[in-house]
Amino acid sequence: MSDDLLARLRAGDRRALARALTLIENRTAEGEALEAALWHTCGHAYLVGITGPPGAGKSTLIAALAEFLRSQGATVAVLAVDPTSPRSGGALLGDRIRMLEQSIDEGLFIRSVASRGRARGLAPALMGMALLLDAFGFDVIFIETVGAGQDDSAIAEMVDITLLVLVPGLGDSVQLLKAGILEIAQGYVVNKADTPGAPALARELRAAQRLATPHAPERPVFLTTATTGEGIAELGRFLLDNRQALLATDLKQRRQQRLLAEAQYRATEAFAQALQQALTELPSEFLARSPREIAAFLTQRAATFLQGADAPEPDTTSS
Amino acid sequence: MTSTPSSSAARSSPTRPIRVLIAKPGLDGHDRGAKVLARELRDAGMEVIYTGLFQTPEMIARAAVDEDVDVVGLSILSGAHNQLFPEIMRALREAGATDVLVIAGGIIPSEDIPFLQSLGVAAVFGPGTPLTEIIRFIEEHVPREERLHE
Repeated sequence: MSDDLLARLRAGDRRALARALTLIENRTAEGEALEAALWHTCGHAYLVGITGPPGAGKSTLIAALAEFLRSQGATVAVLAVDPTSPRSGGALLGDRIRMLEQSIDEGLFIRSVASRGRARGLAPALMGMALLLDAFGFDVIFIETVGAGQDDSAIAEMVDITLLVLVPGLGDSVQLLKAGILEIAQGYVVNKADTPGAPALARELRAAQRLATPHAPERPVFLTTATTGEGIAELGRFLLDNRQALLATDLKQRRQQRLLAEAQYRATEAFAQALQQALTELPSEFLARSPREIAAFLTQRAATFLQGADAPEPDTTSS
Repeated sequence: MTSTPSSSAARSSPTRPIRVLIAKPGLDGHDRGAKVLARELRDAGMEVIYTGLFQTPEMIARAAVDEDVDVVGLSILSGAHNQLFPEIMRALREAGATDVLVIAGGIIPSEDIPFLQSLGVAAVFGPGTPLTEIIRFIEEHVPREERLHE
């Protein structure tokens, strides 16, 4: 890692931040070194995951929340994930359209991120990028997932709080009872509250919670209209209060939680790549076998590939 | 041996995707061309950030820096390019985005092109330019290896 870049980062150079995010995003040697150095300083930022179906208004909601939080003196960064095309590897990143800055504000940073093959609404280097923004000194970091809808639970492991954004008209109350993201969110936002059905959806969310988790404390339901700012201050104050409470808790534990979430993802990624390699080299005679036998062979082969990879010694990993 | 297609083109690609900002400066409200190009560049494997209509020079420069793009593509149909482009190039310079490839498209009379090029606009693509030509130009002019080792 270049000392020059590190010095510019320490001096609060915005262009250096943007370039360092690229280095981390591309998993370059410099980016990896930077990331490794940052784990010991992270945990001061409040990470907020925003998930929900496409078109629910996630980007617009983040823009409105960012404006409110800025007015309260908090600095804000946004990582907005949009999908990479599995065919071309390219991506059209359009979340920024909804987050236009009316004036140039040094306390607000927005970065569009392509999912680059990572599933469940995230992107491969997302944690590392959040880590850098955290170390750079942003108070609140929003992570907007790809609008998938169900089973976006991976985001919850990365962040301090997850908000699920919903809009009326996406289905009946049974949809809310299905296993999925309802359980992992610590707060629900019924956006486009000025449309018919919004109060009913808010009621259903409360009822579904009582039915699904009768003994857990009820999680708040917010009604917002992000385009007009209705309900934004209430939600923003909830986030600030929650952040205050969280910052009083154990920093070391919070770091460890993020560290392990990232380590687990990287290990899973390594397994997936080994499996992909095994699949590419599958002898054609196996195609006459059963799926269970093929799977057993692939698992064996993948394990062999993984054993060839370098594993760090326990005492060399701590610095 | 059989081979199966990779499940993820993005992951197996050894090089990083080129990042492009497509911006509509000024007050013209037609962005079909910009959207067609954005989509075409996406299909050519690039990561395209589209910021929508009515961008000020400062907004374009801010987005170019924060998104750390390799290319800024400006689409303009209003005829105000001679007024807006000097401002945009100035804003990019002031924001420190000096190593970004700036290209332009839209309705730009050929007699205005030398002036825009003197400002640092690398290429101006008029109506009817094959999209493959724009893609080739970008791929040939983005110094990809150097960027990673700044």
